Parts: sequence; C-alpha cells; structure tokens
Amino acid sequence: MEKVLTVTNLSKTYQSGSKSLTVLDQVSFTLKRGDTCAIVGPSGSGKTTLLGLCAGLDTPSTGSVTLCGNVLAELSEDERARVRNEHVGFVFQSFRLIPTLTALENIMVPAELRGKTDARPLAEKLLLDVGLEERSDHFPAQLSGGEQQRVALARAFINRPDVLFADEPTGNLDTETGDHVIDVLFQLNKTAETTLVLVTHDRDLSLRTNRIIRLKGGRIVEDSAAENNGLSASSVQPVGAANE
Amino acid sequence: MNRWIFKFARRDARGSIGRMALFISSMVLGVAALVSINSFGDNLRQAIDAEARTLLGADLSFESSRPFDDSVEAVIDSLGGLQSRRTSFSSMAYFPRTNTARLVTVRGHEDGYPYYGSIESDPPEATGTYLQGRGALVDGTLMQQFDIRVGDSLRIGLNAYRIEGRLVQTPRESAAIMLFSPRVYIPLAQVDTTLLAQGSRATYEVYFRFEDGRDADAIVEDLGPSLREARVGTDTVSEEQGVWSRALTNLYRFLGLVGFTALLLGSLGVASSVNVYVRQRIQTVAVLRCFGASSWSTVGVYLIQAFGMGLLGAVLGSLIGVGIQSFIPVVLADFLPVDVTFSISWGAVLLGSGVGLGVTLLFALLPLLSVRKISPLSALRSEYDTSGNTKRDPLWWLSVFVVIVGMSVFAIIQAPSLQFGIAYTVAILFVFLLLAGTARLVMWLLLRRPPSGASYVIRQGVANLYRPHNQTLMMVLALGFGTFLVTTMLLSEQTLLGQIDLATGGDRPNLVFYDVQPDQVEDVTSAISSASLPVLDNVAMISMRVLSVKGTTVEEMRADSTLSLSWAHRREYRSTYRGELIDTEVLVEGSFAGSYSGSGPIPVSIESDVASELHVEIGDELIFDVQGIPVTTEISSVREVNWQRMQTNFFFVFPKGSLESAPATHVVMTRTESEEESAGIQSTIVQSHPNISSLDISVVLGVFEAIFSRVAFVARFMGLFSVLTGLIVLSGAVLISRFQRIEESVLLKTLGASRKTVLRIMSVEYLVLGVVGSITGTILALGAGWSISRWVFEASLVIEPLPIGLVAVSVVALTILIGRLNSRGVYDKSALEVLRSEL
Repeated sequence: MEKVLTVTNLSKTYQSGSKSLTVLDQVSFTLKRGDTCAIVGPSGSGKTTLLGLCAGLDTPSTGSVTLCGNVLAELSEDERARVRNEHVGFVFQSFRLIPTLTALENIMVPAELRGKTDARPLAEKLLLDVGLEERSDHFPAQLSGGEQQRVALARAFINRPDVLFADEPTGNLDTETGDHVIDVLFQLNKTAETTLVLVTHDRDLSLRTNRIIRLKGGRIVEDSAAENNGLSASSVQPVGAANE
Repeated sequence: MNRWIFKFARRDARGSIGRMALFISSMVLGVAALVSINSFGDNLRQAIDAEARTLLGADLSFESSRPFDDSVEAVIDSLGGLQSRRTSFSSMAYFPRTNTARLVTVRGHEDGYPYYGSIESDPPEATGTYLQGRGALVDGTLMQQFDIRVGDSLRIGLNAYRIEGRLVQTPRESAAIMLFSPRVYIPLAQVDTTLLAQGSRATYEVYFRFEDGRDADAIVEDLGPSLREARVGTDTVSEEQGVWSRALTNLYRFLGLVGFTALLLGSLGVASSVNVYVRQRIQTVAVLRCFGASSWSTVGVYLIQAFGMGLLGAVLGSLIGVGIQSFIPVVLADFLPVDVTFSISWGAVLLGSGVGLGVTLLFALLPLLSVRKISPLSALRSEYDTSGNTKRDPLWWLSVFVVIVGMSVFAIIQAPSLQFGIAYTVAILFVFLLLAGTARLVMWLLLRRPPSGASYVIRQGVANLYRPHNQTLMMVLALGFGTFLVTTMLLSEQTLLGQIDLATGGDRPNLVFYDVQPDQVEDVTSAISSASLPVLDNVAMISMRVLSVKGTTVEEMRADSTLSLSWAHRREYRSTYRGELIDTEVLVEGSFAGSYSGSGPIPVSIESDVASELHVEIGDELIFDVQGIPVTTEISSVREVNWQRMQTNFFFVFPKGSLESAPATHVVMTRTESEEESAGIQSTIVQSHPNISSLDISVVLGVFEAIFSRVAFVARFMGLFSVLTGLIVLSGAVLISRFQRIEESVLLKTLGASRKTVLRIMSVEYLVLGVVGSITGTILALGAGWSISRWVFEASLVIEPLPIGLVAVSVVALTILIGRLNSRGVYDKSALEVLRSEL
C-alpha cells in the first residue's frame, strides 16, 4: 500500500534562555493510505508537537517528515500550506470554526481556498452526511459543541484529504456527544479512505484505531504496529494502559 | 485564490461591522475637514475667476502717492477709454450730532467707478445720490459703533457732508480691511484739498475701462518702465486676480493642513483598532493557514476589509465635508472679497476621499503585516502567538517609511509654502515621536519601579498601563496631541494679547495726533495740557525717499537687472532728528551722532533691518530726496528698534541741526485714562484743526481684538476637527481595552472584588493616563508656544497658568469620565456569558 506519511528521526528542541528543552526526540514511524493511528501519552509528552510537525504546521529541529511524497522540510511556509490544502484535513479540540461564517460557509473554506467551483454543493452534501442540513445558516455561536465539531468534521473532509489530523476531537464534548462525533469521523474516514492520525487521551477512542503510538518524554515508548511486527515486543505495554 | 480573498473578506466582515465602526469613525472627521476646505477652496477660485473684473472694478488702474505729473497725465490722456479718478487719504471724520471723531480712510470718487460690479449701499440708491452734491457713504460698522444715522452730517477737513447711506460692499475691500480702517466715500470734487497738502499721505488713482477690448496687461508691459520712473503703480484684472487668489489659496491651504492634522490623528485610531482587530482574528487566520491559505492571502483578506471600511469612511467623511463646506463661507465671510456660491467640487471630494482612504490603508497595513507572521500552530496551541514581533520585520519598517514619506509629501503639497510644509511635517513628527517616547518611558518606568508600597487598587490600576495589549501608547498620543493643540492655541492667543498690553500698558501713550503742522504744535500741546493730560512725545517727521545708495542711484539700480531692489529702496521714509537715542532703541554698531556741524555729509543712524536690505554699513553714503532737495548722508550708527512699543520709531534718525528747516509734520502723543477723555480731546483738536488726524490705541486695540477673535474662531473651528477626532480615538482606545478587560473584571469579581474596587482600579488607570497625556501635551505646547512667539510673533511668550492649568485638569477629568462611561457594565457581565463569548 502507498505510504502517505513517513516520519524519520524527528526531534524538536526549544531554546529557553540558555537552556534547551527537547520535547520530541528521534521519533520515526510510517503510515499507509487508510491507516488509523492514535498518538497517546501523558500531558507534555509531545503528542501535539508531533501532530503539528507531521502536518507541516511547524518545522523540526532535526529529522524529516514526508507527506504524500512531499518532503516538508524542503518547502517554504506557503508551499507547506498548499500541501495541506491538497492533502490534509484537520479537526481541533476546540473546533476552531470561524465565528463570522455560517456552518455551510465554514465547511466551504478549504474547497474555496483550493479554487473549487462546486464548494457549495459539496458542503451541502457533507452537512447532510453529518446530520446538520437544517443548521446550514447558523453561526458557530448558535450551535452546540457537538454540532460545532460535526461541522468541523465536514470541513475537514471537504477536500477528500489523504490524511486527517485530529487533535483531541472529543476533548471538549460529553461522552455521548463525543461518541456520536467519533462515529461520524470513522464513517467519513471509511468512505473517503483517509489516513487518520488522532491525538487523544480517550482510551476507547484509541482502541478504535488500528495502530497506537504511545509517547513519553518526547520518545515513542510503545508502538502497537511494532509489537505486531515483533520488533520491540519486550518494551511494549498493553495498549489498554494508555490512560492509566 | 483571489476570488476567495474577496469572498472571505465579505463574509468575515459581516459579523464585525460594530467593531469596525470605531475604525471608520476615527478618520471620518479628518476626511470631512479636508473635503470641506478643499471644496470650498475650489468654489473660491471659481468665484474669483468669475468676478475677476469686479475685484478691480475696471480693466486697468494707475496709482501714485503724489498727483500724476504732466507726463503721466499725457499717458492717461492718450489711453482714452472710460476714465474715473479716485483719491484716498486718511483723515479724521467728525460727527457733530454725536460729537465723536474717528480716523477713517476717505475715498473721493468720480462718477463711473466701478465699471464692473457695484458699490452696494443701504439704501441702494445712495450709491448714486452721494455723488450729486455733498453726500457721503459711511462704513456700516462705524455707523453702528458711533450711533450715526443716514441723514446725519459728517465733517472731513473743512467740508461737511450729508450721510446718504451706509456702505455694504465695495470692490477690492473685504470686511476685515474695513475693520482696520473704516471707509467713507465722498465725491472727489468735494474733497477739502487742504487735506492733501504737502506731507499728508494720499493715494491718487485713475481707473480705465476699454470698451474696444484692449489688452490691459499688454498696455502695462508697454508703459511699465516709464510709469515706474514716474512712481506710478499699475494694476490689471489678472494681477488683482492673482493677488487675491494667492492670498486666499494660502488661507484655505493653511486651514486644509489643520484638517489634515485631524486625519493624521484619526489614522492613529485606525492603526489602533486594526491592531486589536487583528489580535481578535489570530485563531481565524491560524485555521485558514492550516487549511492552506497563504500568508499574503490572509493579509489580503483584512486589507480588503480595511479598504472597504476606509472607502465607507471616506464616503461618510465626504458627505459630512460637503455639509460643512456650506458653513465655511459664513465663518470666513469677513476675509473674502467676493460672494462664494456653494457647489460640490468633485475634485476636492476625490482628493479628500483618496487621501483619507490612502492614509487608512497605510496605517491599517502596519498592524496587518503581522498577520503574515501568524503561525498555523496557533490553531493547535492558542498560547502560541508569533504575530507580535513586527518590529524586526523589514516590511514593517518599509511601511513606516512609506507612511512618513506619503504624509510629508501631502503636507508639503497642501501647505501654503515649501518651508511651511517641511516645518509642519517636522513639527508633527516631533510631537508624535515625543508623545510615543513618553508613553514608552512611562511604561518602562512603571514596569521597573512599580508602586509596590501602594494599595492593591493603585498597584493594579498602574499595572494595567504596561500589561500586554495595553492601550497606553494610543491614549497618551490622543490625549497628548489634543492637549498640545488646545494649549498651543491658547498660548498663541495669550502672547498676542499680552503684546498689546505691553505696548500700551504703564504710562505709555495711547492717543496719537499726527499731521500736526509746525505752526499747530503749540496749539495742540496746550489743548492737551488744558485737558490735564500729559504731552508724552512731540516729534518732527520729514518725508523723504532714497535717491542713491553708495553712489548708485535707485533709478540705475532699477535699470540693472543684476542688482536687486527691495522695499527699502522704494518706500517713502518718515524720519526725524534728535540728539539722543530713546528707550526703544539699542545701538549695535558705530556711534550715535547727536548733532551736525553743518559741513560734509550728515551722519545718520540707520535701523538694522533696513541696513541689511539696502546692503549698507558704517561709513557708506546715502543720498535722500527730501521733498525735491538731495541731502547727502553717511551712516554713522546702526540701531535695533523695538517696533512693538507704542512710540514714534524711525528707520533713519538725523542729528540735531540737520533737518530743522525741512518741511515737517509733527506727531504729538498723550495718554488718556477713559474713553470720554479721549473723545473729548480728539473732538476739541479736530474741530479747531481739521487737518490733524488722531489715533486712539484703544480703538485700534478693539479692532485688533475683533479681527483676532474672527481669526481665532476660524482656527478653533478647524482645530475642533482634531480635538473631536482625538476624543473619538480616545473613546475608541477605551472601548477597545474594554473588550480586553471584561475578562479580567469577571475574574476579579469571581475572586471577590467589589464593583467599587473594579471601578477604582479603572479610575486609577485613566487618572495616570490623563495626567501623563496632559502633562506631556502641555510641555510640548509650551515648546511650540515659545517657538511661535519667538519666530512668528517675535515676542516673549506670555503664560497665564490658570487657563492652561484648567485645560490640563479638564483633559484628566475628561479621560476619567470617558473611561468610566465606556467601562460601565463591565462589572455587570456574568462570568458564564464572558467565558462563552468570542472576545
């Protein structure tokens, strides 16, 4: 299967005065089309940093990220933006809908940025898919948290991305709403054959993915794919311990 | 992508109109000021062009300070056409019914003038009847002041006239000119010719109308040299048009610059509100960047919004400007020689809107450039903000450079002169930089040395001044600039009025009798003494002109284009002789010769400015034409003269024993303590010696104050735009910070702070801001006031602490008031509402 995301020896170090702080240390993994992967770990373990680097939102100190054939380190900020527009979708913990746009307009943004002329019908279809066709003219402030996150999901999928990065997608939702949102997420993912990268604290959610990468102190301490391959079985803990 | 930018800009702006209103309002008044003044300027130019002939009242005029000699009369005769003569001179007008006298400008007219336009009188037919017999038309304001009525009699010299009507409008003269010297029109044939005797100042004019369409300018070019030789000046329609046009263009350009100041102040408001607007958009931009928007396309979105808002502001400003434009002729009525009819000047509207829009875009661009720096990572981590470090961005500095150059170029184009434009630009930049520097210094000092021993309320209020996202810089700029403008105007007024007090205060003379003939001196001084008044000065004055300088005659200099001729070569001098310097004079070079032995050139003392105009120094020869007789002199000393003191001051002082036999007139000065005393002695002397003129300084003072109050009104009218804009920017800054402090107030409330505590914290903050702004503005105004008094008024600065202190205190009070008004309701917000709202 085609490799969609290749992370090689990725490190990120921040300079704070005379001290340097390494938040990500020599991280490597590969994801293929249609893979679903959860990045788990305690607060401060480097999950969000890893997500940001994988999506080209930030630049690594060392190492490289290859996203759909593009070596991100070789690209300028605006070129990385173009790659994101063509290949990447995002779902954020706090939804990040644009408050001045309606639900429908929010969904249309990535498609319009890409210059698609059929952004509206595509957005209307996705709004129907997430069950919010009645709310198309509502502004984010007029929607509940769950509804906002479903709009955010529709927005993430409108360009049929190769990779979807989701940062704690249920973090701001109650369990029932969160479950519903995740159902929608996996449904859309299945339909679009998108590679899914989830950062989460939610054990149940991580269990729904076919791969779990556990981080601690910026290093991968467990990779369920590695365990399955028998590469580092001795260091691997049970996946279910992620939130313990 | 481009279509997306427009589409997104439109959609995003929908929900932000309220906040953008601040943005618009701060530049609306500046645009209004520019549009109104420039549109009025265009109307004025059109009026002057349309009424060019009525400005002169004829096609051509000749003018001389002495009766035309035979050669000139021959020229006048040869020119033909319709001709009308006029002779003007200053004299006392005595009104027997009210027993009052006033120095006026008498104009003796022949029938015919003006050939274009008309003299307007009340009643209208009086313009014809006053020429029939011994009639007169008298300036309306003078009639009102002295309670004179139509039908009363008036005496000028030995002749009496019946007042046929009041003068309403005359060619070549504005209401302001009339205030300085009221006009009285009488028939030329009825002028008392004894008033035109040797030594009196009169102007002889002849006006031509050429019905055959001859080119007056060509005639002037042809006859110019010979007429100049005969000391005859000429005036044509185009020259008159040019003079008025230049003077009035300077006036409205100056006013336009005052309006531009309001726009500049407003642009700070634009920059401030866009800055806050951008901060509120960080998350939106980060999300857009995540989904693939390039850095410049996100800048483009907000630049288009700024363009839209700027355009809306420009249109609103233009509409208000056109409304204000109709009031300007009323404000400036006294200074205009023509009636200005209202019409919209689309050129001015376009210029005002264009400049407003340009300024808005440039000032919006400064904070908008930071949008490029917003990282998409901010969507993941809200605390991740890279937008703030614009100062290291070369594009930011380039934009600042473009702003400064753009502003300077416009200011220089708009200013009456290049020097004025440069001085204005430098002054404005200096004031803005100093205010900004002060704000930064205050923040730095408070951060380094916070009032740690003070109460919580004071510590918290002071801390608000330097915490992130504070509005200290903007508030100090708005407050400081407002205070600076108002206080500078106040200081200028005080200095000017102080000069008058200085000139006439103490025991200095305040009533002057001049054109006193030598045989009348004794009568006049004894009349003054009989009225128990002091004779403070009695000086002989002899009229003369410069004939040659260092061996070269003025005529030769005039013929030689390589030599420059100044007013000092051309003017008629009134000189005196005496044995010593007086207290308004300081010797700066040579030695003052008090007496003349009778042989050799006469040693004279020259005033320093005239010496540099004539390019002469100690030992140089000057020959004067003293009423037909050449008198050779040698510069023996140079003096500086304080002209502002009420005293008989002279450019040339001759020694005793040199000019006693020359025909002279005398000036006699006294001091009266009341209007009645002044009127009494003037009336006595004018009745017994009608040729003598008198000048009551208190009347001059009154006129000056009347003119000054009109000028001050115009200046205040234009200054008002800046002050109002300052208040809008101030309110904007407070409102902007309101959005930011709601959260803090709610937090304090949650932690147990009472309403009183929250409000007191805000009051402390506004108090400090008000004090810093007003003190800095006042100090800058003192500097500007000193510069204006030193370089413009050439006087010492007069500071009256009470009104200046009142302005400073009012600014502080206003700041607290606006701050409290705009912060009301902050405490009432519920915690839940605030935490849920998108601030």
